[in-house]
Amino acid sequence: MSSASRLPRLLTLVPYLQAHPGMSVGEVARTFGLSEKQLIDDLQLIWMCGLPGHTPGDLIDVSWDGDEILVSNADTIARPLRLGVDEASALLVALRMLAELPEIEDRDALARVIAKLERAAGDAASAVSSQVSVEVEASPDAMAVVRDALARERVLRLRYYVPGRDETTLRDVDPMRIVVADGRSYLEGWCRRAEAVRLFRLDRMHSVEALEEQASPPPEAEPVDVEAGLFRPSPEDTVVELEVGASGRWVAEYYPCEEVRELGEGRLHLTLRTRDTGWVRRLALRLGDAGKVVAPASLAGEVRDTALSALALYDAAPARP
Amino acid sequence: MSRRKTERLLNLVICLLHTRRPLTAVQIRQAVPGYPEGDEAFQRMFERDKGELRELGIPIEVGADPWDDEPGYRIPRQAYELPEITIEPDEAAVLGLAAQVWRRAGLAEAASGALLKLRAAGAETEEPSAGALEFRVDTRDPAFPALWEAVRDRRPVAFHYRTAGHEAARERVVEPWGVVSRRGKWYLAGHDRDRDEPRVFRLSRIEGQVRFAGRPGTVTVPEGVNVREMVVPYDRQPHDRVAVVRLREGACEGLRHRARDLRPDGPGWDRAELVYADTERFAGWVVAFGADAEVVEPPDAREAVIRRLKGALSS
Repeated sequence: MSSASRLPRLLTLVPYLQAHPGMSVGEVARTFGLSEKQLIDDLQLIWMCGLPGHTPGDLIDVSWDGDEILVSNADTIARPLRLGVDEASALLVALRMLAELPEIEDRDALARVIAKLERAAGDAASAVSSQVSVEVEASPDAMAVVRDALARERVLRLRYYVPGRDETTLRDVDPMRIVVADGRSYLEGWCRRAEAVRLFRLDRMHSVEALEEQASPPPEAEPVDVEAGLFRPSPEDTVVELEVGASGRWVAEYYPCEEVRELGEGRLHLTLRTRDTGWVRRLALRLGDAGKVVAPASLAGEVRDTALSALALYDAAPARP
Repeated sequence: MSRRKTERLLNLVICLLHTRRPLTAVQIRQAVPGYPEGDEAFQRMFERDKGELRELGIPIEVGADPWDDEPGYRIPRQAYELPEITIEPDEAAVLGLAAQVWRRAGLAEAASGALLKLRAAGAETEEPSAGALEFRVDTRDPAFPALWEAVRDRRPVAFHYRTAGHEAARERVVEPWGVVSRRGKWYLAGHDRDRDEPRVFRLSRIEGQVRFAGRPGTVTVPEGVNVREMVVPYDRQPHDRVAVVRLREGACEGLRHRARDLRPDGPGWDRAELVYADTERFAGWVVAFGADAEVVEPPDAREAVIRRLKGALSS
């Protein structure tokens, strides 16, 4: 926390300590995201402040003997400051997003807490929070089955479609959790076929059923750190280089690129890593003259061959030299 | 902010909250330790302090004491304090989830600040914890913080924007009505001043800095505007066109799944009807199946596929 935010922090800390008498230095420091030393420094500062006159009877009493923090004689600032527009809006936008998710059963609690926050925050915050919104696509049917399997710890059997390879495969998955990220819902689980943790988009499950078998992800099944991005390439992946024109720039927005270089006139040079180059071939066909594969050369050749045999279907293949 | 200054400001807040009648600058100077000797130096510092407190959202009321000519200052308790709010345990659980949504994203500090205030007011909220549900909202678009501020403060913005398919970015001046995240991408919806029309912008296509192009409070969101509806997605366009596509047997899973009226069509091939909204998008989808799919009709979709295949050869 920056020093500029210290005053607001103190104005929250004092009422917090009064509402939670006897809490330990460690606990409070964790709650406020401070080191114990910073917290004690805050307590020492508070102890120097108080009502005009500043006689010992006017000052705030603070003690942290034996690790228990006690604050008294601070009635003037016993309530925290109102929620700022940013603060209330951040919570309200998030709550409204949750209200869209079919997986939140507690709709009633959501509606109540939204109303309470709007009341506490005032008009400005409720206006802002209705102008900022995060949409999440729902797949209610799949979600109900997945939620149920997670709750009952059952193995899930999916018919799962992978557009990059244009195939639907049958997979048995030990479910671990549901991840809602970038507007989509995923099942994270141990895929018995891949023998690895995988994310499965709920809207790509052509069917899903819970088996009677007890789910038991192996100990090596580590959840993905969603903060670091859902899809991270591994060093063994193939490096692919593409060049796209102005009308192919969207590729850089949709696919996680390792490097994006401007080539002038709106053109881009993209580098990405992938386990499976099939989807890049499909992408290159889709791009038409808006982009091309630069490397590896074998992939560029595959694209050309596919385009040629497809054109033959249309009787439009150029005459071979 | 130095320690001495924080101390002075905290004392000032306590003093102005405590007083029932407005205090003049002279009275405040006597009551709050830490102000300098000289009159002018004091005035300057006091003005700055007032400004900083207001910026933090602390309401300072200016009123004249009927027996005094000087303006007087106080903080009305009602306007300062978080109103009484009780949070039931089930509400605490959803609040914990809500705070988790922004974890480490742009609004994380604001969300956790709000949660702390609610706790300081005695409401028990749950620590956001890793559970069976995990959320992530990405606000790494560099334009996000400035646009959030612009929407919040209702002020116009200017930025360089690259329209899809255009070579160069051009400057746009926009009255922001709202920002929407859809499928993980952020959009700005607002009034484009040059075009004098409502427009939608993708944050990822904004180049460089977003600048403020007007004072706070100068944007009015027209009655009835729904920013989410403005970000009209392609898939909500009516799918009212029909194509006939030949599919190689054993291939084209993705097309088959969406096909209506799928039937055999000679050895090794099937024939499917597919509905779609936009010819170019449809062509882009089908062409990806390469030599496993052939658009038979309509002619414009067939041509669009051929054009892309030739493009892939020539590029």
